[in-house]
Amino acid sequence: MTPSEGVGRGMESVLEMLESLLALGGMVLLRDTVEWEGRSLLKALIKKSALYGEQVHVLGCEVSEEEFREGFDSNINSRLVYHDLFRDPLNWSKTGEALPGGPLEALRALCRRTDPGPVTVALDSLSWLLLHLPCTTLCQALHALSRQDPCPGKQVRVLGLLHEELHGPGPVRALSSLAQAEVTLSGALGQASAHILYRRPRQHPTHQTQRFSILPDFSLDLQGGPLLEPQPQPDPHTPPVDPTNHLTFNLRLSKKEREAKDSLTLPFQFSSEKQQALLRPGPGQATSHIFYEPDAYDDLDQEDPDDDLDI
Amino acid sequence: MFPELNNLLNTTPDRAEQGKLTLLCDAKTDGSFLVHHFLSFYLKADYKVCFVALIQSFSHYNIVGQKLGVSLTAARERGQLVFLEGLKSAVDIFFRPQEEPHPLQFLREANTRNLQPLYEFVREALKPTDEEEAAWRCPVLLVDDLSVLLSLGLGAVAVLDFIHYCRATVCWERKGNIVALVHDSGDAEDEENDILLNGLSHQSHLILRAEGLATGFCKDVHGQLKILWRGPSQPTAPRDRSLTYQYKIQDKSVSFFAKGMSPAVL
Repeated sequence: MTPSEGVGRGMESVLEMLESLLALGGMVLLRDTVEWEGRSLLKALIKKSALYGEQVHVLGCEVSEEEFREGFDSNINSRLVYHDLFRDPLNWSKTGEALPGGPLEALRALCRRTDPGPVTVALDSLSWLLLHLPCTTLCQALHALSRQDPCPGKQVRVLGLLHEELHGPGPVRALSSLAQAEVTLSGALGQASAHILYRRPRQHPTHQTQRFSILPDFSLDLQGGPLLEPQPQPDPHTPPVDPTNHLTFNLRLSKKEREAKDSLTLPFQFSSEKQQALLRPGPGQATSHIFYEPDAYDDLDQEDPDDDLDI
Repeated sequence: MFPELNNLLNTTPDRAEQGKLTLLCDAKTDGSFLVHHFLSFYLKADYKVCFVALIQSFSHYNIVGQKLGVSLTAARERGQLVFLEGLKSAVDIFFRPQEEPHPLQFLREANTRNLQPLYEFVREALKPTDEEEAAWRCPVLLVDDLSVLLSLGLGAVAVLDFIHYCRATVCWERKGNIVALVHDSGDAEDEENDILLNGLSHQSHLILRAEGLATGFCKDVHGQLKILWRGPSQPTAPRDRSLTYQYKIQDKSVSFFAKGMSPAVL
């Protein structure tokens, strides 16, 4: 692949990643952690939806409206409707400014909205809703919100931000089963990465892992190209190496070597010649003597203990 | 305050950031030195301080504060410091008529399992009055600590709601700061504490985590401090988002050094 082809593929991947996340419709679940926060990616997806011309409704529970709108230009901010559950979600101030009915009513009101055109609903965050509402109620409301409407003009896309560490596996899996796409954020060495799981209807779920960073204007900058599942591929340029070259030992025997090996008698294999050779002192054997000085405590017994052996 | 910690956090009393939630947590060690640091830091920075002190008595903080160069008695008299002494108030509440609202009302009532009275107390304490408008820069809420509220019978969601409302009032409306200490129990059995710690971590802009050394007690190195900046608006580059230092607590200061660079070892 030439460098220009690589860049071209990189640009396609940028569009692919956001578009494929947004094209499925239904719910996209963003799972983040303390170390790798997901609100920036949520805002990047909102920016993309707004640039498509859609209206974006944000149910904001965790940050103020000013903080959420920060970084968006006026074009995007004009398409953003912020339902404020940050200032007074539980109606403690009793000034009447809070959204009536609390968080559940606010969520259900989003289902009942009547304005035409495709709409994106961003829930910041699902964790806050999950801590304050029963899981079953929340799942029912989400299902009602994101179910595919047959007429294409009223399609609703739901983006939900979930803080993974706050919940047990049960609620997380329940929400995950409602989602058509799941993005799990992690990272290494200061570089964030997203693991995306797509659940397309009537197809196997597909995975993709992508390193990215979010620019200050909430556009996405992909780094290093997509990391697909590792597939071992043979490299056509390197010739296969013969491991039997340049050995320091013989792998094969020549005919002479084989005959010599076969005719060798093993040391502990007793044949009659060997026995006689051992018992008869050879010509060179008389040259060795043993000089022994016995100690005071030595027990010198003239009897040979090996006398009873029958050799 | 500890000047070395100010250097690590890249802040001075003159140019402290506003609208931030700082989370202090400690695991297997005592992180209260961080509370004393921030208390003296904000008093020196001319902030209006509301201190919800549930763990120690006023005199304890006063004695440590004097070592660090601030007098809590004088600050309270001139109106800079509003001090809720939890240990004394918790006993007082049983000898007052029930109609009067009290910040620690939840101790007396079995049904109201939320901290709305405590939030009302904080809001009243940090409400700007006319003569104070020019005197103090910004409000700051200090809580020592939040884990004890779980031990007193509240749920993690109630404590998170309290901090949520404090954030809305102190950080967003009044552009002030909040500093809160939470203990990390370490074992997986305390789910409520984990929910509280993780929930607050997600809302924080700065997390300071004091940990004991993994190798155990040491005379020259008392622990390790992990600093994590969160949020897209952090001042430092992404690579410096997280720092780890080891520290030694002395009588009037705390010295910080890189891992393995303790003066006793070099």
